[in-house]
Order: sequence, then C-alpha cells, then structure tokens
Amino acid sequence: MTAQNTPTRQQMLRWVDMVSFAVQEANLYLDTHPSDPAALAYFQEYSQLRRQALQDYAALYGPLTIDTARGCRAGWEWVNRPWPWEGGDC
Amino acid sequence: MWNYEKRLQYPVNIKNPNPKMAQLIISQFGGPDGELGASMRYLAQRYTMPYKECMATLTDIGTEELAHLEMICAIVYQLTKGMSMEELKASGFDKYYVDHTAALWPQAAGGIPFNACEFQSKGDVITDLMEDLAAEQKARTTYDNLLRLVKDPEVADPLRFLRAREIVHFQRFGETLRITQEHLDSRNFYIMNPEFDTGVKGGCGGQS
Repeated sequence: MTAQNTPTRQQMLRWVDMVSFAVQEANLYLDTHPSDPAALAYFQEYSQLRRQALQDYAALYGPLTIDTARGCRAGWEWVNRPWPWEGGDC
Repeated sequence: MWNYEKRLQYPVNIKNPNPKMAQLIISQFGGPDGELGASMRYLAQRYTMPYKECMATLTDIGTEELAHLEMICAIVYQLTKGMSMEELKASGFDKYYVDHTAALWPQAAGGIPFNACEFQSKGDVITDLMEDLAAEQKARTTYDNLLRLVKDPEVADPLRFLRAREIVHFQRFGETLRITQEHLDSRNFYIMNPEFDTGVKGGCGGQS
C-alpha cells in the first residue's frame, strides 16, 4: 500500500482480515503452547501489523472497532458505515 | 466482557439469492452441530475448568464461534435477500417465512428449533474436552455434507473456510486434552475429577 495510491476499502479490509487471521491463529496456538518463542515473535509481529491496519482503515473508511472510532464533528461513523453482513464487500 | 468488531472473519459476498440453500445452511446457525451450540458449549464449560490452558482455549474458540455464527447468518441473509414470492414458494422457504419472514432465527435444516440440549457442560474436564473434540468433527462433517450440495462458488468459499477452522479447533482441543492428562495420575486418569475435587486427594471413590 503506497501513499500515492490510496487503497480501496476492499483492499484495506482484506489486509485487516489477513493480519487479524494471523493473530487469531497465533492466539489459539499460544493458548496450548504459551512458551513457544517462535510463536510469541510471530504474534508480536502480526499483532503490531493488525493494530496499524485497524488505525489505517479507520482513518479512511471508518472504525471497525470501538477503540478506533472517533467522536468527530462529522458524526458517529460507527452507525453510518455499512454493516458486515450486507455484502458487496462490506 | 466482549467487544464487537465490525467485519466478518472471512468475507461473504453472495450475488444470487437461493432460499433453498439458505434453508440448508441455517443448520449451522441453530442446528445440532451448529455454531451457536458450539459457542455456548465452550463458553459454558470454561468457568469450572481446572487448568489455565483449558480456560484460555475454551474462551478463545468460543469467541471465534460467535464470528462463525455471524458468517453463517450473513450467508443465509444474502441468500434470501431480494427473493421473489415465486422463488420463496418454489424453494419451500414458505414454511419458514410464515413465522420469521426473512429474519434470522436459529433452527436446524429440518425445522427443529435451537435447543441447549444439543450440547453438554458436564463439569468433568476429560468428558467435556472429549465432547468438544467430537463437536468439531460433527461440525466438519456438516460442512462436508453442505459442500456436496452447494454449487455456487460464492457460497462454497466461506463454507470451506469454516470447515478448515473445525479442523484447527480439533487440533487445539486435542492439545488441551494432552495438557490435561499430563496433570493427572497416568496410572488412572479417573481416580478423581480435577474440575470438582479441588485439592482433595482420592476423590470419586472417597479414598484418601
């Protein structure tokens, strides 16, 4: 993703999905292997990418989490942006 | 405590309505091996678990199942959105429509409502983890059965993702069972119930 070409909402959402999936998998694996150093490093790397991805997404296309929601003057984006089951790559 | 994340775990974008298929897939919402039962099973079992790995795994898999429930509901919603009355009648969706219009309600493909009797919370860690392992396999078989019926690639794709998650969860529960057994007396795992006989030597048989 480059600064010159703003990624589409669909592209950004796919990236959020990808890094979130990596975090989810590492989370479940670490639940039964809590001292695995490679898994801990993997978790750290993808957890950071996920935090950044959620912030980047929120800045352009509105919040996916309540922690990245802003109560800005433009109104409450959380309610105005599409809901995930609506399809059309929402 | 839970927080909602405003996205699906894996995308669902279905263009063509198919109420017949929706009636079958709804089983993974409220059917005997569906995602609602899976989530409630794990989230109910976790409180009395004796080992931290069991509490963590049941909490995190139970939470992921809620995301799966949401994907199934999104599939059913998109398969029934914009269906005509003719399609509705011809597909046999009319029986469901009478009671729920096109809203989501947890039931099995055969029309049987969701029922907590579809899962157990037995209070014995070996018993419950064995149930959880079986539950993941039953859900995997249900996805296999659905995938034999589904022709639309937009429907099959998210179902394949969900099927693969059942296999990952089975693996994690297997590891949880192994960790549990490592805590127990290898000569007799059943000498006591570590989920109930806390700090008691002996246990079930009353011996010290």
